[in-house]
Amino acid sequence: MNRIAAFFKKPFIRRYANYLVIGAAALIFGLLSVTGALSMSNQFLLEQISIAVLLAVSLSMVVGFLGELSLGHAGFMCVGAYLGGKIASLLVSAMGVGESNFLVLILSLLIGGAVAALFGFIIGLPALRLRGDYLAIVTLAFGEIVRSVLMNLPSELFGGTLGLKTPRFTRQYLFIIALVLVLACLAVTQNLIRSKHGRAIISIKDNEIAARAMGIDVTKYKLFVFTISSFFAGVAGVLYSYTQSTVQSATFDYNYSIEILVMVVLGGMGSINGSMIAAALITFLNVKLQSVLKGDMAVLKDVIYALILILIVIYKNAPGLSAFREKYNFKTLTAKLFKKKETVSKNGDTVPVVQEEAKDE
Amino acid sequence: MSEVLLKVENLNVYYGMIHALKGISFEVNKGEIVSLIGANGAGKTTTLHTITGLIHPKEGRVLYKGEEITRTPAHKIVGMGMVHVPEGRRIFQGLSVYDNLLLGSYSRKDKNEIKENLEKVFVQFPRLAERRTQLAGTLSGGEQQMLAMGRALLSSPELIVLDEPSMGLSPLLVGEVFEIVKSFREAGKTVLLVEQNAKKAMSISDRAYVLENGVITMSGDSRELAEDERVRKAYLGA
Amino acid sequence: MDFINALINGLSLGGTYAMIAIGYTMVYGIAKMLNFAHGDIIMVGGYAMYVTLLLVGQPIVALIAAIVFCVILGVCVERFAYKPLRGASPLAVLITAIGVSSLLQSLAQIAFGSAPKMLMAVQISGTVTLGSIHIAYYTILTLALTVVIMVAMTLFVKYSKPGRAMVAVSEDRDAARLMGINTNAIIAITFAIGSALAAVAGYCMLIKSPTLTNTLGAMPGIKAFTAAVIGGIGSIPGAMLGGIVLGVIEAISLSIPGLAPFTDAVEFGILIIILLVKPAGLLGKARREKV
Repeated sequence: MNRIAAFFKKPFIRRYANYLVIGAAALIFGLLSVTGALSMSNQFLLEQISIAVLLAVSLSMVVGFLGELSLGHAGFMCVGAYLGGKIASLLVSAMGVGESNFLVLILSLLIGGAVAALFGFIIGLPALRLRGDYLAIVTLAFGEIVRSVLMNLPSELFGGTLGLKTPRFTRQYLFIIALVLVLACLAVTQNLIRSKHGRAIISIKDNEIAARAMGIDVTKYKLFVFTISSFFAGVAGVLYSYTQSTVQSATFDYNYSIEILVMVVLGGMGSINGSMIAAALITFLNVKLQSVLKGDMAVLKDVIYALILILIVIYKNAPGLSAFREKYNFKTLTAKLFKKKETVSKNGDTVPVVQEEAKDE
Repeated sequence: MSEVLLKVENLNVYYGMIHALKGISFEVNKGEIVSLIGANGAGKTTTLHTITGLIHPKEGRVLYKGEEITRTPAHKIVGMGMVHVPEGRRIFQGLSVYDNLLLGSYSRKDKNEIKENLEKVFVQFPRLAERRTQLAGTLSGGEQQMLAMGRALLSSPELIVLDEPSMGLSPLLVGEVFEIVKSFREAGKTVLLVEQNAKKAMSISDRAYVLENGVITMSGDSRELAEDERVRKAYLGA
Repeated sequence: MDFINALINGLSLGGTYAMIAIGYTMVYGIAKMLNFAHGDIIMVGGYAMYVTLLLVGQPIVALIAAIVFCVILGVCVERFAYKPLRGASPLAVLITAIGVSSLLQSLAQIAFGSAPKMLMAVQISGTVTLGSIHIAYYTILTLALTVVIMVAMTLFVKYSKPGRAMVAVSEDRDAARLMGINTNAIIAITFAIGSALAAVAGYCMLIKSPTLTNTLGAMPGIKAFTAAVIGGIGSIPGAMLGGIVLGVIEAISLSIPGLAPFTDAVEFGILIIILLVKPAGLLGKARREKV
């Protein structure tokens, strides 16, 4: 136990522990699937988890790191899913290759992501200059526009109300590709946050005016991060289109965006690793609960998510609870649990969350 | 000795990690003008905010007429007879002059009292009467300061707490503002005055306290303090 | 003539949006938060009407019950979910509001199921015909309610003591406290009024189309927020104007066959354009963030 703890304490390991864990997972599950020990449904579960992690990490950049709220993450995903799916089927027929063509997959991932990024740029351009709430409402509006437009365009284009038929990829390999994409997203995100401007943004997020005074073009930087985040949402969308036989725009509604937000908040807004764990956990539970909660009781899980969301945000942000927070938080509680042994923080890379001022009311 | 109206005991205020007020104590007697002088960031505004309940101290007490008001919310303190004219005037720009004045009387129930106060304010500040229907945001800086002080008078205060009333005004208007402060005393009201313009403040006040980095370093009769070598060097530009 | 019919429909639809938008804009101006759950108050009001109708069967009693229930709910939500976060980052408050919205929707689904409830007793049918212009009774009632509410709100804000205090709190909360205004009480009143108006808006929606589901308020809520932004968020006359403008745009867009399916896209597109060109809205004041 102590040895493992010591191993994880090495700075290098701490910094790259998350890559190691995901890489190891890809390797182990990959071997299992090749030997046939991994069932189809588990492969599907792994794909869904990877998609959720991609979405959560990319949204976490916006919410935790920029301190802005996007309610249209599913909209960007939708753009990726439709565009990527369409491009993939066009390429498959144009190139005369099978559905599981690797080149087609890569190209559609890139194009789907790029178009989503372009939309992110266009949306972010006006909204990021305004007060934070505007970004929330504009992204929400964007998601609704995307949905309604894709559904109502002539069916020759994107399948109309019936949804878009998309190619499939050999299941055995798709989830490994998905995990590799997660690693790529993680690398980009962490490097962005650790960059010079990234650090500056974190340290002065509370006070944009101060940041501007220090010569940081906050809007430009925010726009950049927002565009990257949209890109990965688009990539997640393309990936999603490959896991489904048809893509329905109704899937990407506002509630989907909220679910991604729940993952980010549950993971501790701004903690990339936290977001990943929460995304994996929630996706796992969603898939497992599907067979347990039937009919209208299925929303029971939404009730629980909503309550968790509210309680966590109040606990973490309420000015009146600051003393309580200092006394009972994750660190002190785990420290107690392990008999005050120094605990290994797996979250070597937590970004400080929006620290509120204890304004008196 | 005259009656103590306001008594501050060992105030300690923190902003997060910053210890803004480090155990300050002072008192204001009925009918006095007491000025609190000090450099930027010395804690003058924080002191006033703590007294009028906008922020609460970590330690220490504030007593008004012998009653503890340390944790009393700001909106209740106005009704007790202490009014705060904040730094930068903070008038309601989008409302008319008249509405601003009426908001000043928010804590008062007696209609006749409000009417009388309004009339008195309009007599003292004829410019406000002329511009009663104008939006407050369109007034000049000096007029806005008059409005802020007139608005305060509508709560029938006994103690008026003034934060930097001369800030940003032309020298002519500064003189006028200090005349108004003096008139408050003549009308039987008590004034706690925070000023950067230490020279003027000490010239009209009875007593003064010097605040440096959250600590009261000197206090006494304004005229005597004004003679003090250290005060002269640091605050009076002598 | 189709155009005039569309215009009249648009006015009544816009009136409904205006009622909801007033709630958004007041809360935004006074509590400085985007109350995401505001639209769902409409839905809860709908279910309150449904239950009252089962018990009493009187639409007017149902409306009053809905108003009362919504006011209580609105004030409680503010007290327990938003008040603890006063002074915290706007992001935290917004996320909590989203949580409340999601909570109300899913609780309603658990309580009443996902199958729509039909409130036939509330529905008002029949039309007045003037030449080739047809005006439905529900349109007339909605327009009348809209006018009454607008006049009442304008008078309340301008001439009542709490109304004036609301303006003061929205302009400068600390200065308002120094006037002796209990800002917590004013914020609670704001939520109460907003919720009452939401209940009335829900009534206006149900007399037209009596289908009640747990997402009844979601889309109108978002549209009304859009209306509030178009009019200039924080401004009550702006919310009224923005609501009417958006309602008319929606009705006209719906009356043009090729454009009808894209109506939502048109409305949200306008929101984005407004934010690009005139972020303060039609009647809003451009305001700089205080340092």
